[in-house]
Amino acid sequence: MEFLSALLNGFSSGGTYAIIAIGYTMVYGIAKMLNFAHGDIIMVGGYAMFVSLMLLNQPLLALAFAILACVLLGITVERLAYKPLRGASSLAVLITAIGVSSLLQSLAQIIFGAAPKMPTRFMINGTVVLGSFRINYSTLVTLAVTVVIMAVLTVFVKYTKTGRAMVAVSEDRGAAQLMGINTNRIIAVTFAIGSALAAVAAYLMLMKAPTLSSTLGAMPGIKAFTAAVIGGIGSIPGAMLGGVLLGVIESLALSVPKLAPFTDAIEFAVLVVILLVKPAGLLGKARREKV
Amino acid sequence: MNRIASFFKKSFLRNYANYAVVVLVALVFGILSMTGSLKMGNQFLLEQIAIAALLAVSLSMVVGFLGELSLGHAGFMCAGAYLGGKLAAAMTAASGNQNSIVTLLVACVAGGCAAAVLGFVIGLPALRLKGDYLAIVTLAFGEIVRNVVMNLPMSWFGGTLGLETPRFDRKYLFVLALVMVLLCLAVTQNLIRSKHGRAIISIKDNEIAARAMGIDITKYKLFVFTVSAFFAGVAGVLYSYTVSRVQSATFDYNYSIEILVMVVLGGMGSVNGSLIAAALITFINTKLQTVLTGNLAVLQNVFYALILITIVIYKNAPGLKGFREKYNLNTLLSKLKKKPAEEEVPHE
Repeated sequence: MEFLSALLNGFSSGGTYAIIAIGYTMVYGIAKMLNFAHGDIIMVGGYAMFVSLMLLNQPLLALAFAILACVLLGITVERLAYKPLRGASSLAVLITAIGVSSLLQSLAQIIFGAAPKMPTRFMINGTVVLGSFRINYSTLVTLAVTVVIMAVLTVFVKYTKTGRAMVAVSEDRGAAQLMGINTNRIIAVTFAIGSALAAVAAYLMLMKAPTLSSTLGAMPGIKAFTAAVIGGIGSIPGAMLGGVLLGVIESLALSVPKLAPFTDAIEFAVLVVILLVKPAGLLGKARREKV
Repeated sequence: MNRIASFFKKSFLRNYANYAVVVLVALVFGILSMTGSLKMGNQFLLEQIAIAALLAVSLSMVVGFLGELSLGHAGFMCAGAYLGGKLAAAMTAASGNQNSIVTLLVACVAGGCAAAVLGFVIGLPALRLKGDYLAIVTLAFGEIVRNVVMNLPMSWFGGTLGLETPRFDRKYLFVLALVMVLLCLAVTQNLIRSKHGRAIISIKDNEIAARAMGIDITKYKLFVFTVSAFFAGVAGVLYSYTVSRVQSATFDYNYSIEILVMVVLGGMGSVNGSLIAAALITFINTKLQTVLTGNLAVLQNVFYALILITIVIYKNAPGLKGFREKYNLNTLLSKLKKKPAEEEVPHE
């Protein structure tokens, strides 16, 4: 029974990781860069929600406002910091992204202070009892939101014009451009979608644990990043798989008292082992280098 | 005769000026410290600068010369600080001698070797992965080291309380730290200027071409990661001497990034640049800490982030290439030096 509930919790936290990981993986697939600042967009989403909750006192309206704020932020960051570097070495882009991440964290700390905020209004309490089995409402909500987002995203990428343009850009940017696709617009749309998902992830995180600080997105960001790499960065199904896998591993490790303190180490060790066996991740395509 | 003299002057300036500066700093402040006129705060500052210099120069070996991004440098430092610090504390307890140079040196070697072993282990995935993937693996390694060290039994490394550290006479600790910097400089520069160094740089420029030329990429990558980790470990041991307790939380990935910022700001592929950036950033940090307090203390991070972004974009943006070539510091300087008649010479 304990194993089952740990598994369910794992699916739930894995869902949150998957939502964040999709943001990483889409940006990587299309703009070919690791957006290190993605975790901090979650944090900005959290603060946007906190502020709008104070003003409007409506959790769902606050979420909408946060999504809007994150989308604007994502597009602005892309436009100002990443677009000038298109075509530069990946090291330069990565370092810029690290700079953006540090900038957002420090700004948030200056504006809102170092002490964490506790927006308890986002919390969803209560449990469903199924025989001897207790499930938190928040777990169910997370699972439902994750499934809906994954379904919508899959449909979007497969059947809409923009979605298919995204696939085209990720496969070959030059060829896509020749086919008349506005690659700059597609990249901006990708950042917008990723950032909107980050805002949703912020909501899901605050729903479970209402502690909001400037490092809210740092560790989940890195974990989700790990999940995206495990699944094969650039692949959306890979991000979903990686996220869920990581969530389950984390939850199972946490449920064993002896292993619990080493949870982080175990998760990262899984990443290292998987990359050693499959350097492109579980579902990633190995890219052959041409001379 | 004149030619020899000028050659000597030029190559001396280019190759050995940094040793001279470090020796000069060590001598001047060492003498000041011996006479007792150096303030405690300045001793601490010099120690911190030496540690930062060790970290930056050793990281520049991986990032600047091998061309691989490592985000786990603080992890090596962590290993060095814990193992070396523990060993030194044990040796001090056994011998009862607080200021034993032998203890310090043995600890440095042991901590460095421990880190070097880890560096070798990190180098192994580096053979299969590169670029962004390697960056995330090094980051993961750093976090693993930190997480494991913190959660081992209390009697090993002090757990969450942190490790109790050895002591050394603060009057001379920074001199020894600067000697370590000299050693690191000597190893790095001699390596880079040798045949092996050119092989390493060729891996950065084009790995496939380097392999085609018969360069053993496996060997060089492992070698660079190991040497770089060794000096990060030494920096960790020295760090353990400067603080009252080693806390694993210090070595999170933000610390690795701070070191990376030094390397990037100093100019990738420039040992002197890393050295200067490390000294400057540490100096400014320490001075600002007294001015900016509370939430304003984060203000310096805002500036670093902005400077980092601006410099990287300025240096790398394809759109700014024409601007860069036109207003480059070197071309401006050479224009000032050149007489108008010589300006016809095509550059490059």
